[in-house]
Amino acid sequence: MKIARRFAWFLIAATLLVCLNAGFLAPAHYATQFREAPNAPPSRAHWLGTDALGRDLFSRTLYGTRVSLLLAPAAALLSTLLAGLIGGAAGYLGGIWERLAMAVTDLVLSLPWLFLLITVRALLPLDVSPMTSIAVTFLLLGCLGWAASARVLCAGARSLRQAEFVLQARVSGMHGFRLFAVHVLPNLKPVLYAQFWISVPVFILSEANLGVLGLGVAEPMPSWGGLMRELETMWSPMAEAWKLAPLLLLVMVVGSLQLLISREEIPV
Amino acid sequence: MIPRAVRWLMLLLWSCTALGFAQSGELRFSLHHEPKTFNPLQAEEDSSDTIVYLTAGVLTRVNRQSQALEPALATSWKITDAGRTITFDLRPNVYFSDGTPFTAGDVAYTMRQLMDPALYSPIADQFRTGNGTVVTRELSPHRISITFSAPLVGLDRLFDQVAIMSEHSPHKEMAVLGPFYVADHKPGAYVLLQRNPNYWKKDAAGHQLPYLEYVRLDIQSNRDAEALRLRRGEIHLINELDSEYYDRLASMAPGTLHDAGPGFDTEQMWFNQVPAAPLPTYKLAWFRSTAFRRAISEAINRADMCRVIYNQHAQPAIGPVSPANHFWFNAALQAHPYDPQSALRRLQQDGFRQQGGKLVDRDGHAVEFSLLTNAEKKSRVQMAAMIQQDLDKIGIKINLVTLDFPSLIERITQTFNYEAVLLGLVNVDLDPNAQMNVWLSSGENHQWNPKQAAPATPWEAEIDKLMRTQASALDPQKRKAAFDRVQQIVWDQEPFIYLVHKNALSAISESVVGAQPVVFRPQTYWNIDTLRLKSGAGGH
Repeated sequence: MKIARRFAWFLIAATLLVCLNAGFLAPAHYATQFREAPNAPPSRAHWLGTDALGRDLFSRTLYGTRVSLLLAPAAALLSTLLAGLIGGAAGYLGGIWERLAMAVTDLVLSLPWLFLLITVRALLPLDVSPMTSIAVTFLLLGCLGWAASARVLCAGARSLRQAEFVLQARVSGMHGFRLFAVHVLPNLKPVLYAQFWISVPVFILSEANLGVLGLGVAEPMPSWGGLMRELETMWSPMAEAWKLAPLLLLVMVVGSLQLLISREEIPV
Repeated sequence: MIPRAVRWLMLLLWSCTALGFAQSGELRFSLHHEPKTFNPLQAEEDSSDTIVYLTAGVLTRVNRQSQALEPALATSWKITDAGRTITFDLRPNVYFSDGTPFTAGDVAYTMRQLMDPALYSPIADQFRTGNGTVVTRELSPHRISITFSAPLVGLDRLFDQVAIMSEHSPHKEMAVLGPFYVADHKPGAYVLLQRNPNYWKKDAAGHQLPYLEYVRLDIQSNRDAEALRLRRGEIHLINELDSEYYDRLASMAPGTLHDAGPGFDTEQMWFNQVPAAPLPTYKLAWFRSTAFRRAISEAINRADMCRVIYNQHAQPAIGPVSPANHFWFNAALQAHPYDPQSALRRLQQDGFRQQGGKLVDRDGHAVEFSLLTNAEKKSRVQMAAMIQQDLDKIGIKINLVTLDFPSLIERITQTFNYEAVLLGLVNVDLDPNAQMNVWLSSGENHQWNPKQAAPATPWEAEIDKLMRTQASALDPQKRKAAFDRVQQIVWDQEPFIYLVHKNALSAISESVVGAQPVVFRPQTYWNIDTLRLKSGAGGH
């Protein structure tokens, strides 16, 4: 298990390193269309062939990985912070605050988030740059994805509320936010970490889902979701196996992340 | 030694098999959605239209191959009273699928139903030209005249879409005069049509048509699954194929594919010219400039689009009418050439200049706009990406925005909060009258600036006048001259920047005999009554 986890760390680190250096490693810009060679198979000029518009697939995969791999953790961080704040506070305060916060959490969980995301995205101004559009997409994912984690964190904070060391701190005169920040929050850290690591692959897959619907990252900027949309009409995967590269990368990264979330980090 | 009786039996069986070629089999293809209605007068979407075409009897029929009008339930007709009245002589001894006789009373009943405002028939709008009512007179059991309150151009062709319903049949709209009737329907799964034993048409040898016993329409929205089912031989045809599927099928089932040439539909982009649109004034000024629109048009490489996206299964568009529309296409026009240098010259003459590789207007605003298209249509997103790269060469930056279709429609019809959009227009009618709503400046579908109280520009005023002229003239040549001029103005002004006409691509199994794919809907089964299946190709 230890070796497998080390290997997972290595894979993620190597992928990050490569995609961060996409500007140096990519043989072409991700938007450049080689119109004389659409849907070309792998060659010396195009290592992973080209897409339907003749864009170099290797370059697009590198840039697309950068987008998905950097912004998904950012969205996961945002959602975990929100979950920690809402769920942690609700569990710590208890009573009506807990009931109210959990009602809001249930409401958010019951929303059809995909439709909500599509609606919110449709309301955005049109003259935003692709980079802003990407940031907004992941910001929305982060803002909408806190609810499930908040329930877990609420349960964790509730159990800490009755813990002896918290009672002792109260007896010593510590109350309110100070008690929450000094004693409760640090003890929620393992749960927060676990929720963060669980959220990263969730957001990667969410963006991929949006991309497959054509509603994720705007063209010509690549992302894993957008690249996998190319696979929609693929009938014989073995004949064009190179086009599966973004899918394999996604499976590899998400698999590695799942492996890193060790059993002891997940609260039971 | 085979006994004589057995030999006779074998001969009889062989004959039955050979004759079975003529009248047997089940043709199968897919509907992409559940039909919304079986009432032929209320059909307004693809699936219902398909069932109407296969089941309905009409007075006149436009031959989808020759585009000429032919007699159907009416053997002859005459238009009088300056285009207000049409008199039909009906075919005698014709019966509905349930055995009810067909008479002039049924035509009168159909017209009453059609024009009933409570029915909201989409077909009826074409017959509503004046304020008065439609008067029908049954001159005999097989002769009827129909009088409208105002003249209607192309009146006889309009009856191609009017399915005649029975006045007296207890089965109401389910009693039909077409080649098939609806025998079974399992919602979400299939619609089964069975051969109408009372269909009036016979082949040259006097055999009763149609040849097929059943048509099974499987409800299948997934295009990949549809193509795979064709490959496996589970369905016999695909009416409208995307070029991507066409090329994939080409390597697996080449004998099944047909490219009938450029179709009637158009793909175009346009700029928002609505005065009240929430856009900066300088951007509205660009979009209203003819030179700006012409320059954008010249900077777009349409030939590359046809080659890269459609793999040559498309043609650069010239205007609103496809060359496939033999009569109405203005043959004097040519496709706009791809010439970025000429585009830059036009822009410079209009006050734009290049500054550090970017195009700016006379007030120094960088030329940048968003181009909207619907996310579901991959080929449109690809076209938009190609336009993005083409315009980048002359220093124009495009932000490509893909939205879900309802959000996009809301922006272009309600809020007008958009800058440019790329969409397609489906043309189901050859006659320009069907496009009145697009070309009249007061029209709801006058997309670049709809519902104008008065024409905003002199050229829109001229289009209004010409469209009204062609709609009221009865002389086809006069109508043609007026609509040719409309096409010329549209070519000069480019309120719509036409991009491509996609070819009419279809796939028909080699087991289907008699198929002659055309560009006119329904491309593959327009001659459904004479289609046959090779023995063993479609059992039921």
